Amino acid sequence: MKKKSLTKIISTAVPLAMENVDTDQILPARYLKATTREGFGEKLFRDWRFDPEGNPKPHFVLNQPHYTGEILLAGHNFGVGSSREHAAWALSDYGFNAVVSSFFADIFKNNALNNTLLPVQVTPNFLQYLFEAVLQDHKTVIAIDVEEQAIGIPSEGKYEHFDINPYKKVCVINGYDDVDYILSLRKEIEQFEKKRKDDFSLAF
Amino acid sequence: MKIKQPKTLFEKIWEKHVVYQKESYPAVLYIDAHLIHEVTTPQAFDGLRKRKLPVFRLKRTWGTMDHNVPTKDQDKPIEEEMSRKQVATFAKNCEEFGVNFYGLGHPYQGIVHIIGPELGITKPGMTIVCGDSHTSTHGAFGAIAFGIGTSEVEQVLASQCILQYKPKTMNIRIDGKLGHGVSSKDIVLYIISKLSTAGGTGYFVEYSGTAIEALSMEARMTICNMSIEMGARGGMIAPDETTFAYMKGRKYAPKGKEWDKAVAHWKMLKTDEGATYDKELFIDATEIEPMITYGTNPGMGMKITDKIPQASMFAEGTQRANFESSMTYMGLTDHQGKQLLGHPVDYVFLGSCTNARIEDFRKIASIVRGKKKPDSVYVFVVPGSAQVAAQMEKEGIAHIFMQAGFDLRSAGCSACLGMNEDKIPSGKYCLSTSNRNFQGRQGLGARTFLASPITAAVAAITGRVSDVREFL
Ligand code: SF4
Repeated sequence: MKKKSLTKIISTAVPLAMENVDTDQILPARYLKATTREGFGEKLFRDWRFDPEGNPKPHFVLNQPHYTGEILLAGHNFGVGSSREHAAWALSDYGFNAVVSSFFADIFKNNALNNTLLPVQVTPNFLQYLFEAVLQDHKTVIAIDVEEQAIGIPSEGKYEHFDINPYKKVCVINGYDDVDYILSLRKEIEQFEKKRKDDFSLAF
Repeated sequence: MKIKQPKTLFEKIWEKHVVYQKESYPAVLYIDAHLIHEVTTPQAFDGLRKRKLPVFRLKRTWGTMDHNVPTKDQDKPIEEEMSRKQVATFAKNCEEFGVNFYGLGHPYQGIVHIIGPELGITKPGMTIVCGDSHTSTHGAFGAIAFGIGTSEVEQVLASQCILQYKPKTMNIRIDGKLGHGVSSKDIVLYIISKLSTAGGTGYFVEYSGTAIEALSMEARMTICNMSIEMGARGGMIAPDETTFAYMKGRKYAPKGKEWDKAVAHWKMLKTDEGATYDKELFIDATEIEPMITYGTNPGMGMKITDKIPQASMFAEGTQRANFESSMTYMGLTDHQGKQLLGHPVDYVFLGSCTNARIEDFRKIASIVRGKKKPDSVYVFVVPGSAQVAAQMEKEGIAHIFMQAGFDLRSAGCSACLGMNEDKIPSGKYCLSTSNRNFQGRQGLGARTFLASPITAAVAAITGRVSDVREFL
């Protein structure tokens, strides 16, 4: 099944200067009851964005109207905790196409990539540079080029290289989907099952 | 004669499960057991329907309900509409696709990571996945077990395989004898307090050493369970006689001759002498004391007699701001530089896939027997599975808890994640045997202290954070 594809992001950014942002903050557990993938954006960072009565908390960055864009800048170790893919769905549904941090939790990174939400890991220094630029001028435009694996501020001509695994890069650029890839290997899977000795996993 | 390259336990199991590997691409890894539950699967089943695919290997797929089930009146219809719908959708999906399914009311129902081992589904040498980060629990049997997202659940349902890059390996070796009143939960909270919540990211951890070998299976599961809290992909422990004794006779364990063959094979599942890890950490077991967390991530833990750090100890900027906001959330701003001992607790939560096995409740009961909780504290007891609940009844543990004034409930995740109505009210302190103290995890505004079951037991009967060693 063809998915969303992504080659370049050129956008302003929302600076979330918090470290160890866990998936319970990105999307609290009480919103995990839905059985579809849609509509999670409304609940993104729910308890940081709104008070219990549903009034927006003015200090939270998503409530500051001058900060907008497809890119979320976040502190070290983003997406830690629960494996809920709903966290990636919420970020993407809200309108983000990339999260930029100096470190990502493992499962979140996979989940994000599987939803064409680009996790861009930069050095701590470069992250600070991006934060400072955006905090100083919210109109700062950041460019992310997936093909070139580069992120930076075009107006300043300063870029940094980022890693993305070669397989996922192809998937993100072309909108390819993992299930299609694995199923193309069905013959290999069946052969593996036949060949396998010492498998006690199904003894009952 | 060919000289064999020494390998780690992780490498041995990994290599046996690689179906296909294209250079620089992730490995296509075969999955022996896939555990599913109601919260992270509905969208995956929808995906299968859209692709017009069946579940590829039904025999390797097991479903139960845990995250979103009520823990009271499980035989009645669920009141809240969305929860009712999610639970019904899961039952319908399992039925439509033909998945082995232990739903509400079934004697095997329970938290996925409790029922897998309990039923003997979890075995050494396997690869196990589940749409839940605490799948690392199953590593206690010498398995590669890790949590996955919903898109990956769909992959496994469709193909019994998953795309994975090989993680790095880390050995955490703990030697020596644990002190009086120190449990396996303290070991793991201690490790996380040293490594932080990111220290294990990118690694698959093996726990080894004499302190680990001396632990029961339940205690080993507690440690592997919290591997994810240090960021690790998973954690594992080489199988030994303790493992085999635990497994023997369980429903899905091999029987008769098959059992002997299996054990002979499982005995080879250990790290070879001379094999190397990407990272090693050595810990002296005698250094470890009963632990407690004071902040809003599991890395913010300390020895129960230690003092909470002070903001001035953190670098100015994001780090200090994060610490301060954590203290504000916890209502502990004025407690910086002070101990938590004696701090009142309003709730005690005895449950979760970390510590809701029968052994946990036996230990708690040994402290609680004949005592009563003070009025100021509310104590949730949530068994990890219907089988654990039945066993507690049989051994008289349920009675001890009832006499103590605890609220004994049915199996589920409950206030571990506060998805159903079991929540800790805003601003209240909860001493919890679960695994996460994130903001709002146990309910909006809830303040969580994580600790071992016996530390929780003394809090339940004193209404305060206490040093369990004074009660043994
Ligand atoms: S008990 Fe808690 S941590 Fe364990 S599976 Fe349930 S929600 Fe997750």
